[in-house]
Amino acid sequence: MAARRSRIPATKYPVERFTLDNGLRVVLTPDRSAPVIGVAVVYDVGIRSEPEGRTGFAHLFEHLMFQGSENLEKLAHFRHVQGAGGTFNGSTHLDYTDYFETLPSNALERALFLEADRMRGPRLTEENLRNQVDVVKEEIRVNVLNRPYGGFPWLTLPPVMFDTFANAHDGYGSFDDLESATVADAADFFRRYYASGNAVLAVSGDIDVAEATELIERHFGDVPARPAPQRPDFTEPDLAAERRTSYTDRLAPLPAVAGAWRVPDPITDFAGYLPYVVLAEVLTDGDASRLVERLVLRDRAVTSVGGYLGFMGDPFDVRDPTALLLQAHLPPGGDVDKVLRTVDEELDRLASDGLAEGELARTQARMGTHLLRDTDAVLGRALRMAVLEQQRGEPGLLNELPRLVGEVTEEQVRAAAATLRPERRASIEVIPGGAR
Amino acid sequence: MSARSEPGLPAPQSRTKKGQMTATVEPKPRTLPPLGPNRKLKLPKQAERTLANGLTVIAVRRPAVPLVELRLWVPFGRAHLARGVMLAQTLLSGTPAMTSVQIAAELQKVGGGLAAGIDPDRLMLSGTSLVTGLDRMLEILAAVLTSASYPKDEVGTERDRLVDRIQVAQSQPAHLAREALLKRVYGRHPYAIQTPEPEQVRAVRPAALRSLHGERVHPAGAVLVLVGDVQPERALDAAEKALGDWTGGGREVDLPPAPPLEPGPLLLVDRPGSVQSSLRVALPAVPRTHPDHAALQLANLIFGGYFSSRWVENIREDKGYTYGPHSLVEHSVAGSVLVAAAEVATEVTGPALLETTYELGRLASVPPKEEELEQARQYALGTLQLGMSTQAGLAALTSAYAGNGLRLDFLAEHAARLAKATVTDVAEAAARYLAPARAVTVVLGDAERIAPSLAALTAVETTSVSAATES
Repeated sequence: MAARRSRIPATKYPVERFTLDNGLRVVLTPDRSAPVIGVAVVYDVGIRSEPEGRTGFAHLFEHLMFQGSENLEKLAHFRHVQGAGGTFNGSTHLDYTDYFETLPSNALERALFLEADRMRGPRLTEENLRNQVDVVKEEIRVNVLNRPYGGFPWLTLPPVMFDTFANAHDGYGSFDDLESATVADAADFFRRYYASGNAVLAVSGDIDVAEATELIERHFGDVPARPAPQRPDFTEPDLAAERRTSYTDRLAPLPAVAGAWRVPDPITDFAGYLPYVVLAEVLTDGDASRLVERLVLRDRAVTSVGGYLGFMGDPFDVRDPTALLLQAHLPPGGDVDKVLRTVDEELDRLASDGLAEGELARTQARMGTHLLRDTDAVLGRALRMAVLEQQRGEPGLLNELPRLVGEVTEEQVRAAAATLRPERRASIEVIPGGAR
Repeated sequence: MSARSEPGLPAPQSRTKKGQMTATVEPKPRTLPPLGPNRKLKLPKQAERTLANGLTVIAVRRPAVPLVELRLWVPFGRAHLARGVMLAQTLLSGTPAMTSVQIAAELQKVGGGLAAGIDPDRLMLSGTSLVTGLDRMLEILAAVLTSASYPKDEVGTERDRLVDRIQVAQSQPAHLAREALLKRVYGRHPYAIQTPEPEQVRAVRPAALRSLHGERVHPAGAVLVLVGDVQPERALDAAEKALGDWTGGGREVDLPPAPPLEPGPLLLVDRPGSVQSSLRVALPAVPRTHPDHAALQLANLIFGGYFSSRWVENIREDKGYTYGPHSLVEHSVAGSVLVAAAEVATEVTGPALLETTYELGRLASVPPKEEELEQARQYALGTLQLGMSTQAGLAALTSAYAGNGLRLDFLAEHAARLAKATVTDVAEAAARYLAPARAVTVVLGDAERIAPSLAALTAVETTSVSAATES
């Protein structure tokens, strides 16, 4: 008998889409429940598009987009956003780079002006470049070099799993490459990738659609038209044999391990991909999940275990090739081989015996809550919809996700689990080099 | 600030076309559009009730998504450190009727989850569920509060996990710097040590947890906050139905006031081989209700409290010493403190301290410019609106206020104070609270490499990580 399901509710955020003459795609999603707006501009370029010898360049360039633009001095962007009561940031991903603000809604036109101005052209100077190379090096020291488990596994696992430079290289970049970057490189990168035809603008929250449309035409309408570059083919074949490696982290006090398996193409085979998103949660969401119950609570073989889709934890904003990842931290002297064997055993059990009554429904209900919670933030909607527009031409998919997750069947989850075989797995072990 | 004024690449292009009968026209500079009229701060619909058992319940309506956020603040000052941390770690590990796995599974069924955390002020239970699951989430919360059983096996598992987690925390520079700063700032106050030693955790037994629970997990003085797609009065009824029978003896425990800062030599905590130094500066501050608070908040913003501050523009955007410097007024029940924090490259540790002292001293000595104040004021007022615009943000704010005896209507009062603070008010607050002479400074880093440059600027006392952090 089927377990009674909690109905997973959906959101109904309205979606307006249009394209300006210069090719800029626009998504508007009004919601007047709070006097705030989210503004996001997403460019279709990320870590995978960096040229060889320029590791970390997409991220460095993201920093340069904040260093002044056609009509704005250095520091002006920050001051104008914050001086309007807003917050801002940008981030660099495998397949895209985003720039965004959350603001009180009386600052809509100002935010559009700021984004349009840097879309026309950032001020790329030697002085700003050197300054931001220094800042990025400190960012890498904070997040990678001066802490235990830095870059684990998002920077350390891709080179095990992938063979091409695009997919395997360190997206933060080597200090050598960062220091060799030139203003000419940056100008070239901008001309090539930061084209109006390669960008999506999304505005969410307390807006009037007609007014926002007019303001967008006014500020972005005369951004020079440049077409999107041809996107290279980043595909790689699946693994034919297990790959396993290890490294010593001189700061880490305890062992850790991460494993990854390739999954179906998230864009062209979304229906085939979704069961893996659900599977990761069946395996690791909370004390009642398969691997937490087994590895943490029963065997005490690990201290913590997590599972997710995408090296940057980005299930709905990454393209192929991508992966399902599992990662675990072990107690002192923990046995990584045994942990991997137990994971295989649990995957086998899931694939052959299926799920317990209600197990799938409760996992889906929890996923529904997480998805809804993310969309409550006005910026979350703008960012998500911008990327969904860019990668799928389907920003309204955001409203559908809780339902689609809820429609994944037990058979699909079992079938997904059955594909996570050791011979398709890439894994990496952290050997603790830091004792206190 | 040394931003160049020369045009960047690509160069602005002339918009005149060949053959046009006009002289060459320079691209017209575009001007920043003005802001529209400010939206007035609007408080959400809410209701409050104090139950017969002493529990205060506050329900706030934000129907944006069909969820409800839950925060339960239970005062927990002066509790035994290792036992308190272990209690939070095992509170959800079982009741006579349910195992930890069953608790998690039952919550999941309604899209819910609960987590427990602790600090020197309070035990916090927080959760989110589909709004249709509110009754069930409250029911499970009640079961945990009234009958958590701290089963022996689960306590053993969680003890080991906690020890592992502490070991990992102790390998992180930010954690060590924080520990050293707390110990230096608070001396013998309960706030001084917030992470137990592994051996203290290993000594905790289930019986001690049950007795601590009996003494301290009681409704009197506790505040439950529910925010979401609820009718506030109905949410109060649901909470009363589920938690009305929660009782518990125990006594109210007051924290002693936090001691005043005692400036002294810079404390240099040696972390050999560190490629960065963790710089922490503590300065005096006042609670939210103090007449100086709004002016201090604005002074802090101008100094280092947001990206467009003097400190960030100086040590990051001008000099490239660091990635994410920030300063923040931290409010706790027993007192408030301002903490400025930056991770800086080892080789520029001395210069970074110099610029930090300079910017503090400059603001404490010379009034800020009117436009600097206006920019900070807009930021403070705007981010109040942003913070209230999600269910989770409203829940966190309502709970933090309530734990300190305030209600959401304080927001309007605070906004009014921010709106009318003058340059003189801010200059006076800066002189009073941001003066570098009043700072307590801790630097964690490679002492051999950084001690000489620090000693050139101030008196330095060097110590080891263990001496700086252990109880």
